[in-house]
Order: sequence, then structure tokens, then C-alpha cells
Amino acid sequence: MIVQATDIHKSFAGTPVLKGVTVGVELGEVVVLIGASGSGKSTLLRIIANLETADRGTLEVCGTNIVDGRTSTPFNGRVGMVFQQFNLFPHLTALRNVTLALTRVKKLRKAEAEEVAMAALSKVGLGERGKAYPRELSGGQQQRVAIARALAMEPEVILFDEATSALDPELVGEVTGVMRDLADQGMTMVIVTHEMGFARRASDRVLFMNDGKILEEGPPDQIFQRPQEERTRQFLHQVLDA
Amino acid sequence: MNWSSLLASHGLLLSGLVKTIYLSVLAIIASTVLGAFVGFLRAARVPGLSLILRLYVEFFRGSPLLVQLLFIYFGAAYIGLSGITTFIGALVGLTLYEGAIASEIFRAGVEAVPRAQREAAKVLGLGRWTTSVHVVLPQALKVILPGLIGQEISLVKDTSLAAVIGFPELVNQSQAVISNINQPMLVLLAAGVLYFIICYPMSIGARILEKRRAS
Repeated sequence: MIVQATDIHKSFAGTPVLKGVTVGVELGEVVVLIGASGSGKSTLLRIIANLETADRGTLEVCGTNIVDGRTSTPFNGRVGMVFQQFNLFPHLTALRNVTLALTRVKKLRKAEAEEVAMAALSKVGLGERGKAYPRELSGGQQQRVAIARALAMEPEVILFDEATSALDPELVGEVTGVMRDLADQGMTMVIVTHEMGFARRASDRVLFMNDGKILEEGPPDQIFQRPQEERTRQFLHQVLDA
Repeated sequence: MNWSSLLASHGLLLSGLVKTIYLSVLAIIASTVLGAFVGFLRAARVPGLSLILRLYVEFFRGSPLLVQLLFIYFGAAYIGLSGITTFIGALVGLTLYEGAIASEIFRAGVEAVPRAQREAAKVLGLGRWTTSVHVVLPQALKVILPGLIGQEISLVKDTSLAAVIGFPELVNQSQAVISNINQPMLVLLAAGVLYFIICYPMSIGARILEKRRAS
């Protein structure tokens, strides 16, 4: 198991957001979390990335236990994360965005780091744009740089937090395309998304979250074609007919 | 107006100008260092230290520099602290007062950088120090610098208050010249122009930085 979260609880200012979530992700698996806003998907992802601390429950990520927000061995990029708003460093070029952690965390020499970074940028189709600053790139390109930045650290799992929600519709495809390539290459991925078509085609397993719990889970065909729970049916009906 | 009498006193005005610049430069350096230190510590919300730093900022920002200068200079004499010259009194007063204001500029600059930037850095494994120096600071400085230069323009003008404790800077020397040649308007005009000559390039610099930040 790359990720094993057991009975995770989390409240914000007294409002429970996660009410006992248990989820395991295996090596090479692509898991998609779907559900209405506020159902706790992003919070779960942020807890796995150790950006939030669970109130209760146990969490093991990449063989490391996270207790009270502390990891016994630092992740150092082994858990990659791609954010809705990209969160590139605006004062650094695309290349420097990717090399920063390579030189500072992995302690690569500059030339080595640039080589690794260029390979990662090429992988997302941006080998030519290394010198560009984030503001000079389209949203889709920025998000692909963000994916390259995570990839360059050789993560054991990449978490995608609504990675396409901030993009213009015509730019979604270039990012989901890169994500599908990664999935095909066996990358372990946990994806929060509203792109149901992508969830259906690219995932091994879909989890439907509702009101802080995982209400239903299964292979995409089962969830999308034969959902067992009434609430899942309602949700899919709403998003697919919209 | 009698320009020749003003020219005859140019030595006094010039020495005042030199002392104003000298005091300004040292106070700018000291207050910027102090302000950065306090501002960054406050932004980091160091437990225990927060209250003390906040009290410092509120107290020195919330009372007039004139009162602080008088208090420091005459207070030092009152408690028998030797070595507090008019220059040191002025420098300490300006540093504490302007440092409090500068610290707020630094703090606001750091807090203007979205928290998401730190999160992206954390996920990549960057440590606190690397994140501060390579991610947060370069972005914060773009916000900080224009405001800081604006504050330093104020500081240059605030050095004129050192005249009241007898430090022979530009205003103090102007008063001496006035009593010599009895041409108050002319002398004050000359002093005002000299301040302007120092401050205007700074305000141009601030505007350039502001524009660069906008682009």
C-alpha cells in the first residue's frame, strides 16, 4: 500500500468535514474521488499530503507514519501534489520552478537538476518553454509545469486536487491528457476531479464521497453504470446531465 | 531677497545638509534592519515573542516621534546615562520609531504571499529556511520595496525633528543662519529645496518599483 488512511476524522472550527474515512491506495493504482463540494474530498487529499493534520485516525503514506502532522522520515517530494490554482512560484521560470527542489532537497548539482527538469518538462510537452515565467504561460501550460515539478522529484504517488477546475474548458484536455499518460505509465495517482469522463476512462477505482464519508466505491463502470446508493445516483444524475 | 547673504552662510547650511544625510542614511539602515527583523518575526508568529513585538510596534507607532526624541535624549540625561549625544539620541529615536513602522511594511509584505505558495514548497520537501528565502521573500519584496522607500522618504523629513534636541542638522543650522542674516523665508526655502533634492529621486525610485510590480 502506498497510502493507507484509516478512520480519518477532521473538523474545521467545530464543523466535521471527515467523519471516519478509510482508504487504501496500492502501487500503480489510479483512484478518483468524486462527490459534491464540501463532501471532504480535498480535505482527505490534503491530509494525505500532510498539509492538514487529521484529528483522529491513522495514516501511513509511502511507508511513513504521519502522527500529528509529523513524519518519521520527510517525504521530500515522494508525495507529489498538483493544486487547483497550480501554485507555481511566479518569480521563477518554468525550469527554475522544477529545479528548485531538485537542488535544495535532492541536492543535485545545477547541471544535473536542469537535465532532470528538462526531461520532466519534455514529458508534459513543454520542453521548449523552460525559460518562460508562469505569467507568460496559459493555464493549461502552467498546470503542466506544476505536474513536471512534481514528477521531477520521482514521487511514489501524485495527488491531484481539482487540477483542471481552474482551467478554461478548451485547456482541460491538455492536462487530462498528461494525467492519462502518467496513469498509463503506471504512476500511482489519487485524483479529486469533477471531470467525470476522465474519471471513467482513466481510473482503476472510483470513490464516491458524501458528507465526510466514502459512501460507495468500485471500478468506474460499476460506479457510473450501476451505482448502488441512491445518493450516488442523484449526484451522477446532477453532474452528468448538467 | 538678499541672495549674497545666503551664499555667505552656505557653509552652515552645507554642514547641516551633510549631517541630515548622515543621520538619514544610518537611520534608514538601522530602522530597515530592525523593521525586517521585527516584521519577519511577527509574520512567523513566534509564540511568546508576538505580544512583546506587538507592544513595541503599537507603542512607537502610536506616539509622536517628537515626544520620543525628547524622552530619549532628556530621559537619558535624567537617569544619568552618559554618552547619549544629540546624534545618538536622534539616531536611536528615529530607528525605534521608523523601525516600528517599517516592521509593519515587512510583515504585510510577507503575509501578502499566498499560503498556497508555502504549501507547494512544503509538498516539494523544501524546508522552512529555503521556503522563506527562495519562495516567500522574493515575492514579498516586490510588495515591500515601494512602501519601504515611501517610508524612508518620510524618515529623511523626520530627521528635521532632531533639531529640537539640538542636533545640528539642516533645520537646526537653518535656524542659526536665520538668526545671523535675518532672512527667514529665503533660508527656509533653501532648506526646503535641499530636502526636496534628497527626497525626489527616492520617490521616483519608488514609482519605478511600483510600476515593475504592476507589470
